[in-house]
Amino acid sequence: MIVGAEWYMTVAAALFLIGAFGLLLRRNALIMFMCIELMLNAVNLTLIAAGRALNDLGGQVAVFFILVVAAAEVVVGLAIIVAIFRRRTTASVDELSELRG
Amino acid sequence: MVEPILFVLMSMAALAGAVTVVAARNPVYSAMGLLGTLFSVAVLYVLQLAHLVAAVQVIVYAGAVLTLFLFVIMLIGVDKEEHWEEPLRYQRSFVAGMAGVVVLMAAGLTFFTDFDWVPAAVGGTDPSRTIGTVQAIAEPMFTDWVLAFEATALLLTIAAAGAIALAHYRRRPH
Repeated sequence: MIVGAEWYMTVAAALFLIGAFGLLLRRNALIMFMCIELMLNAVNLTLIAAGRALNDLGGQVAVFFILVVAAAEVVVGLAIIVAIFRRRTTASVDELSELRG
Repeated sequence: MVEPILFVLMSMAALAGAVTVVAARNPVYSAMGLLGTLFSVAVLYVLQLAHLVAAVQVIVYAGAVLTLFLFVIMLIGVDKEEHWEEPLRYQRSFVAGMAGVVVLMAAGLTFFTDFDWVPAAVGGTDPSRTIGTVQAIAEPMFTDWVLAFEATALLLTIAAAGAIALAHYRRRPH
């Protein structure tokens, strides 16, 4: 018995929804970052499932590049969070309003 | 027979970890939930014969990214209690409604029409070629995708330089 691609995509959709709701619910910048990682993982899972269903290795190569971009994004994002924290001593995104005109 | 059992177990673990990320009060627990999700998704990759991607997922995500997260959590410390009221009114209910509409549309498409999420396989490729060994991944990566490969190299360099620049930032004394 083989689990079809649609089941993996269902799980991925659920992961993506949980990540999206977390991004909207939480105010801690670190947790919001983790929720973005969840959503990226959900997309990776759909790519792998589609690649297998289509007999195409392109899905796996694309996931590889997404992993690299996600790692770069985390590096820069966490550096920004640390820089903000050194200025403001908070990681809550609601209190960052210095750009308000 | 192994695939359905592992699929159910690992997808439950992945979803439980995801819920932990969102619901945990302590950021360290959120990071642990993320770790569980990443490992479970790696097992789901193995189930789909994407072996190299699963290994990279564990090494890069569980090894590097999560360590970075934990490091920053330790550096910043557990922040004070979050407040949960929404600054933009009705934002959450609006998004929940939109998500509900999207899910209902997807369910309607799936169950009441013969919409095909994944179209039929392109002819001529045999399934054994999609086993994600290092050799199999490397061949398209260094032929068809070589421009993207070079671009990610540039991106990584820029990201590393940017992170160092941000970390070395000092406010000038007035």
